[in-house]
Amino acid sequence: MDNYGLFYQFHFYLFGIIAIVAAVTFVTRKSPVAAAMWLVVVMFCLAAEYVMLDAQFIAAMQVLLYAGAIMVIFLFVIMLLNLGEASDIADVRGIWGKLLAGFVGLVLLAEVGVLTRTGIPSGKFVVGRDYLGAQLARYGAVGAVAKPLYQDYALAFELTSVLLLVAISGAVILGRKESTSAR
Amino acid sequence: MLAESLGLSAILFVIGVIGVLTRRNAIIIFLCVELMLNAVNLTFVALSRYYGMGGQVFVLFVMTVAAAEAAVGLAIIISIFRHKQTVDLRNINVMKG
Repeated sequence: MDNYGLFYQFHFYLFGIIAIVAAVTFVTRKSPVAAAMWLVVVMFCLAAEYVMLDAQFIAAMQVLLYAGAIMVIFLFVIMLLNLGEASDIADVRGIWGKLLAGFVGLVLLAEVGVLTRTGIPSGKFVVGRDYLGAQLARYGAVGAVAKPLYQDYALAFELTSVLLLVAISGAVILGRKESTSAR
Repeated sequence: MLAESLGLSAILFVIGVIGVLTRRNAIIIFLCVELMLNAVNLTFVALSRYYGMGGQVFVLFVMTVAAAEAAVGLAIIISIFRHKQTVDLRNINVMKG
């Protein structure tokens, strides 16, 4: 395996553990606002992990888009609908829901255990060890992502704009009141 | 750090799945879906060190899809709230046969 310094490993594990703890806290909160704030913590920790995995631009986008834009929409809706208070009726499912969730979790974790033993497949698609570092040094953090985005994935990128247009139209149509649509 | 990244991603994904299966608040279920998308993004970024830049480009696409999904989903939640005055999934069962 690659050699990483103790400093690197310590922070990798530190942010990983914070992310897991925050995620567990997020799932168990009753109040939607508290849950959303804990999810923001998870997203910031993931941004730190992205920086350590040589994805600086993705880390910036994670903070700007996820922790910024998307979570602000969620908090906006929570506060618009006045759902900030924890509901008096517990919103956790009964014993069967918990059993099902625990079973699914165990199956998925067992799958992870199997997968971590296999290691990554080595084939013609695997790039060299310092490929990413060379790309970053040559094109910069933004250019290294932008080059494949606008060359190899240009069609997907253009289709993304159609998707966003459809989403905007759908949100507006769904969000308007019935009386205005009835004319 | 590939194994650690994949393990962290898997644990976060499992937490998201468990949240979707155990909670009844529609907004919290949406947030759990976002957590699962984030876990998948971590997998993409971790593997992009071995398989080239495509993984990081895909993370951008996933973020776009997540934004679109959040916009449409929250609009649906708002319009349901207008009818039912609640986002508790026990009270939203009009599609049940």
